[in-house]
Amino acid sequence: MSIAEGQRAKTVRDYSLVGVSAREAVESGLAAAEWYHTDIARKEMKALMQRSDGPAIRDTAIWLGVLLLSAAGAIYFWGSWWSVPFFLVYGVFYASASDSRWHECGHGTAFKTRWMNDVVYQIASFMLMRNPVTWRWSHARHHTDTIIVGRDAEIAVMRPPDLLKAALMFTGLLDFRYSLPGLFRQAFTGLNAEEKTYVPEMEFNKAVIAARCHVAIYLATIAVALATWSFLPLMLIGLPRLYGSWHMVLTGLLQHIGLADNVTDHRLNTRTVYMNPISRFIYWNMNYHVEHHMFPMVPYHALPRLHAMIKHDLPEPNPSMWHAYREVWPVLLKQLRYEDHYLRRELPLTARPYRGEFHDFELAAAAE
Amino acid sequence: MAGWIEACGADDVDEEDVIRFDHEGRTFAIYRSPDDEYFATDGLCTHEKIHLADGLVMDDIIECPKHNGRFNYKTGAAKGAPVCVNLKTYPVKVEGGRVMIDVG
Repeated sequence: MSIAEGQRAKTVRDYSLVGVSAREAVESGLAAAEWYHTDIARKEMKALMQRSDGPAIRDTAIWLGVLLLSAAGAIYFWGSWWSVPFFLVYGVFYASASDSRWHECGHGTAFKTRWMNDVVYQIASFMLMRNPVTWRWSHARHHTDTIIVGRDAEIAVMRPPDLLKAALMFTGLLDFRYSLPGLFRQAFTGLNAEEKTYVPEMEFNKAVIAARCHVAIYLATIAVALATWSFLPLMLIGLPRLYGSWHMVLTGLLQHIGLADNVTDHRLNTRTVYMNPISRFIYWNMNYHVEHHMFPMVPYHALPRLHAMIKHDLPEPNPSMWHAYREVWPVLLKQLRYEDHYLRRELPLTARPYRGEFHDFELAAAAE
Repeated sequence: MAGWIEACGADDVDEEDVIRFDHEGRTFAIYRSPDDEYFATDGLCTHEKIHLADGLVMDDIIECPKHNGRFNYKTGAAKGAPVCVNLKTYPVKVEGGRVMIDVG
């Protein structure tokens, strides 16, 4: 992999979904554009897309089982240091594993049976303090306009990077700070202008009702905590978002950080990283992230097969999270001074080359 | 453009699958259900104009390949977010091993 430093004039990035970059993305054709896809025979793609309940039922049973056992241990040892390891496990399975469950069930690919996807999606949304309605739509936008400035509502690290903010993400503080007040705001005053750019009007009311349900559960939890004069209810509901989000951030930040923006080839703006089996279980194989973005119909359990099938056409995956962070760190430091700098992913000789029409939108816009 | 037109051979579509058919600047999706019936809809998802022929057919559902929006391809009914607008359907008949659709 090499580091590319364009010779273009500095790009002005406005990450607001109702700002200048949003308008330019639409005008330049970046929004809702055609994206690059590796060729796969229809028969093979059909086999990869096939749904099955088995793997997700097994994994959900393990997930909920670990949550119940770790919660039981934490409650039993509450008040002693022995509860700490139980809370560490509980927190990661509550606030990190729920992110991948939310994600896969939101796509509707985890289970074959629709209601199973919907039930797990609702549970995971609550754990994450995410409105299940608005976030479904923001994620649809993320797939339409992946890392398109002004269009993608899920860009975790903007340019120039705010490294303090990125570090604080590991504590869950920022998510907590914005997600919980966001739910209260939606519950009492409805959606804001940005949310209304990606949520259709017919869904506004559903979003408000969902927010009110979440808020009611949090208020009930606070009431129980006050009634029992104990932090324990809050340690089990709500606060895990603070102490258990680190694994979600550790794995999730690597999806796009430091890579190109405003391109329409996922090989340039998305990263696949090999990970240990525990992280892959928590993350539900989303480490194969280029593959997921290129073919979102493929369920998480089929992503390793998809990866094996198309890796000849993708950049070399990072062999570990440590490798990926070590590689991107100098890029982030350089982006502090020169935000157009990014990490360009090199393709293997077996790959089809990057095509100008998939990533020269900036030039085209400049020429205009 | 009016009336019945030939879209494809009956064997061009696998069971429980879909293919794309383009005609006079329009694009359609031709489906073959698990019980060997044929159906036709507009070819693009009503959400983001993605070709449904790249999606997955499951029983009477077509799932869009980009955002997993679902339609009943027999009725065109949108089956939940992120699709909200129904899909237009077209009458289909099979004659002499050829699939014909009435594009109206």
